[in-house]
Formats: sequence, C-alpha cells, structure tokens
Amino acid sequence: MLELEAVKQAKALESATPETAEAGSSLWRDAWHRLLKNKLSVVGGVIVIIVTLLCAFAGVIAPDPNSQDLALYASAPSHAHWFGTDTLGRDLFARVLFGGRISLAVGMVATLVALCIGVVYGTISGYYGGNVDAVMMRIVDIIYALPFTIFVILLSVFFNNDETRARINHVIHATGLKFSLGSEFNIVLLFAAIGAVEWLTMARIVRGQVRSLRKMDFVEAAEALGIRPQRIIFRHMIPNVLGPIIVYTTLTIPSVMLLEAFLSFLGLGVQPPNASWGVLIGEGAKSMEEFPWLLTYPGLALSITLFSFNFLGDGLRDALDPRASKD
Amino acid sequence: MPTADAFLEVTDLKTHFPIEKGFLVKKRVGTVKAVDGIDLTLAQGEVLGLVGESGCGKSTLGRTILQLIPPTEGTVVLAGRNLAGLRGGDLRRARADFQMIFQDPYASLNPRMTVYDTLAEAISTHKNIPRGEMPRRVSELLSRVGLSPRFIRKYPHEFSGGQRQRIAIARALAVEPKLIIADEPVSALDVSIQAQIINLLIKLTREMGLTMIFISHDLSVVKHISDRIAVMYLGRIVEIGPSVEVFEKPLHPYTKALVSAVPIPDPARERHRKRIILSGDPPSPVNPPMGCTFHPRCPYMIEECRAAYPPFVDYTPGRRATCIRLHEINPPA
Repeated sequence: MLELEAVKQAKALESATPETAEAGSSLWRDAWHRLLKNKLSVVGGVIVIIVTLLCAFAGVIAPDPNSQDLALYASAPSHAHWFGTDTLGRDLFARVLFGGRISLAVGMVATLVALCIGVVYGTISGYYGGNVDAVMMRIVDIIYALPFTIFVILLSVFFNNDETRARINHVIHATGLKFSLGSEFNIVLLFAAIGAVEWLTMARIVRGQVRSLRKMDFVEAAEALGIRPQRIIFRHMIPNVLGPIIVYTTLTIPSVMLLEAFLSFLGLGVQPPNASWGVLIGEGAKSMEEFPWLLTYPGLALSITLFSFNFLGDGLRDALDPRASKD
Repeated sequence: MPTADAFLEVTDLKTHFPIEKGFLVKKRVGTVKAVDGIDLTLAQGEVLGLVGESGCGKSTLGRTILQLIPPTEGTVVLAGRNLAGLRGGDLRRARADFQMIFQDPYASLNPRMTVYDTLAEAISTHKNIPRGEMPRRVSELLSRVGLSPRFIRKYPHEFSGGQRQRIAIARALAVEPKLIIADEPVSALDVSIQAQIINLLIKLTREMGLTMIFISHDLSVVKHISDRIAVMYLGRIVEIGPSVEVFEKPLHPYTKALVSAVPIPDPARERHRKRIILSGDPPSPVNPPMGCTFHPRCPYMIEECRAAYPPFVDYTPGRRATCIRLHEINPPA
C-alpha cells in the first residue's frame, strides 16, 4: 500500500521532470552502505538469517525431534545423527533446530510486544510532556525498581499453569468463539510476560528522542504549516526515532532469548516435551560429564546466535548514528 | 495606534512563562516576561525589521504572533481576524495566511524527507491538488527561490546551508501566505551567502506583496531589507521608525549604542566612529529593573527613570521611542 504510493509518486515525478531529476541518497541508504562496510555486522546479519531459516525449515531438514529410540541412548555425534542423540534417544540436531524455533520466536515476539508498548508509551509521554510525562515516567521508574528477575519469575509462574489457561478459555467460550488455547499457549503467555517487562527501556529511549525532536525546528515548522498532530507524529517524529528503535530492537532480541534460556534452565520457561535452547542446555548440563555434546551443541547454537545479534546491533548503531560511534 | 490600512495589528501582546517548581502540584516561583506589552501595526506589503540583543524576546514575539506560543494577553489581528482567539482546527486552517522562516536551515528541514516530499506536504496541507499536478507545482516553487527542479528528489543533507534556506523559504511560500516572519534567516549562513538570501527575500516580498517581520540581531542586515525598524529591549519595543532615519539618527539611548556598534565599510570614517559602550549585561527578564528597564545601563539616566516605565514619546511623525528625555537628548537639528 505504502510502496504503491511511493511508486506512483516516483512515476509522476519522472513524467514531470523527465530529463534531469537527480536521485537523492536518503539517510537510510547511507546507513545501509555504512553497515555493509562493517564486516563483523554483515557476518552477524548473515548468521542470523541462516540460523532463522534453518530453524524455520526445521521440519524439512531434520527428523522428528520427539521420536524416541531407546536403542540410541545418548549416542555420540555420527553420520546418522550429526549432533548425537539425547538420553531418550531423540535426535539432538532436530531438537536444537526445533528448540531454536521457540527460542527465536520468544526473542522476536517478546521484543515485538516490548516494541509496541514502548514506542506508543514513549511517544505519548514525550509528545505531550508536562504532567502526563511526569506521571507516565514515574510509573516506568517504579516498575524498573522492582527486582526484575523475581518479577519475571512471578509472571511466568502465574501464566505458566493450566488453571490460568482454563480461566482464559472460559472467557473465550463465553464470547462465543469456537477455539480454545492449548498447552502451547503457555509459551505465548510467557513471551508476553517478558515483553511486558522489556518495554521499559524502549519507552525511555523513545520518550527521550521524541522530547528532543519536539524542540527541533522542522517539527515547529510542520506545526506552523498547520499539519495535524497525528501526521506530525507519524511523518516527522517516528521516522526520525526509527534509528535508535531499530538498534535497540536488535539488541533486545538476544537479551530476551538469554532471559528465556535462563528461565527454561530453571524449569520455569518452556515445558517438556517442547524444547528451547535453554531447556536443552539445562538437560545437557545434568549429564555434561558423561555426554558433553548434549551441552556443547545447544550451547554453541545459543552463543553464536546471541553474538551475531549483538554484532548486527552494534553495526546498526554505528551505521545509523555515525556521530555516536566516533568516540 | 490603529490605522485604516493596518494589515497586521498587534495590541498589548504579552507572553509570560511561569517558572514552576514541584512535582504534579506546581508552585509558581517566578515569571519570565519574554514579551511584555507589544503594540505593532504593519501595513500590507511592509517589511518591519525587529532588532535587539539575544534574549530580548524578539524570537518569542515572532512565535507568539504566529500562535506557535500562546499569548498570555493581548490580540493579534491579521486582515481583520484575531488570531489569538483561534484554537485547534480553526487555527490550523488559518495558518495558510502566516508562515515562518527559521534561523537554522540545518534543523528546520526534516532529514528523512526529500525536497519534493517536504514541499508537496506543505502545498497539500491547505489545498487539494491533483496528484499529477504536484510535481509541476513543486518545480515552480523551487524555481521561484532560485533552485533547479532537478534537485527535487534530493535530501536536505545533500544541500549547502544557503540552498537549504532557499528550500525552507519555498516551504513557507508553498501555502501562499500573506505574512511571513523570518527569525534570523541569515545569521546561520556564511556572510557570502547572506546577501543572496536577503536579496531573494526582498525580491519575493515585492513580487508577492508579502508583509514581513524580519528578526535579526544584526542592524546592517536589517537596514537593507526593512521599511521600518523596531528595536526591542527586554520584551518591549523601545524605538520604532523608518529604517533609514533610525539608522541615521537613532533616538533612544539603547538604539544609539546599537547603531554605534555597526562598523562602517569606509576605513576613513570607520577610524573616527564613536562607539558607545554599554556597561553591564542585559538584566534578567525574571526580575527586570524598576521603572525604565534600560536605566541601569543608560548613560543619560536621571532619578526619574527609576519611577515608572516611560510611555512612547512621538518625535517626528512615524518616529517614536520610550524615553522621558527623548527631546532633551535629541535636540532638533
């Protein structure tokens, strides 16, 4: 829809000034070129894409992660089972890929939740300022002050049980809808719970950016032109805060994944037979002395992915804000 | 002083900013009187130069006239309509009549929008233009400010300061305003570029019959463009009169000091230029001096100056200043 508009405009432009309208180079394109020059972040980006694709197509590439063959009790890596098998004879390669699905999904969905809440909250707070801002930011401060880990553990304990799910299903049925939430829904609730905590920093970043943008002349010029506030926010403010938002998003995904791994390691996150990298690392750690590959492969998968995300995020920060990187 | 041909009439305009302390329950601990009782009348097509030192409230006055800052008191009547009473959608629609040109062309253009997007947005804010016609309109605007239409798809960071200011001027003209307030439009530019932009503004105001308030702290810049000059000190106008006369024979002690500080581009005369050095800094607008706010720095100060703020005294037709000793210190030649 948006692209269609842009194409139409470009065509209208070309027909009006056919001979010489020089194409400009947008800040986004400049940033893209700077990003491509940063080898580490390009490698990071490529690895993130590969890992995501592998996990997404795990069903095609790998065997069933839950089929047990007790004859293969904890067999070492081999041609048939690249990463070996676990103590129930399940293929570890498949479990790592399927676990990666959940880990990545938790990272991305929770970050998306954080992004939506944080951007809306921060924009409102920064744009309106005054008492609205004061109250909204004090709420953030208060939530910030809660012991973060305990807070997430409480949330996951609350959400991750059948009773809560039954109650929510009851509400859904009452409204006449014909579906109910299965046990997988616990994971979705967990994403939401983590996201609901991760939005705080996003809200602060966006609020700070919006506040400094409010004082910029081009925002005042837009106001002086008589442009509506919604349009000022969406056309003039958000595109200019997008840079920091993108950077923070890429850096939030790995930190959420780490949090999920930590919760799953403690047994509070993803529940068996579903796997995530955290669950696999937890299981592997129990038998690391006899069967080290059970810890090594999931551990490697998690660390390589986290590293890649962080390199990509750092590269994006340097590319989107070249001034900040020269220190 | 309402006149028949008043196009813009500002009456007793005040912009006070409260200084507040406290969380949620705010306590007012003081007031910055940035603009403190301004009366101004401009005829259609007139260019008024507004000068004063940094912090005297000239930018705040400009923004208050344009309703970017709500006035505390007073009226701004443009072509018979009081802008100070307008709110929300009414105010947004009225904005087609008055526009602003900003000081810093590096900050006044959205860095994520092409020249085309910026100007097309401005044009379409107050008019419905068919999509096919828009490129032609934008090209016209660019030509009008002396830029080639082939720059249409470029971004602000690909232009020089002077070119950016031209784009900003084009944006202000896009809505076909009647009044333009230019807030130090050249002070962020190289001296070599300043003259070009000033000449462009002079040309545009003549061609389009624009009324303009040109704000600057640089008297020599204002002299070229203005029909009249108003001098501001601490939120008030202290002297107003035809541009040439104010320059040739400043009346108010403050104007005298300002004019004496302008270098003369003639070495022989420059050597004999007498400079009036004012002592001290401009006082804080939070706590202005009693009586005439200029008295602590005034070389002509007498005891009466402490008593009350002086009213405007007419000197010759069209020339006025707020000084109780106006005639005494400016004997007729």
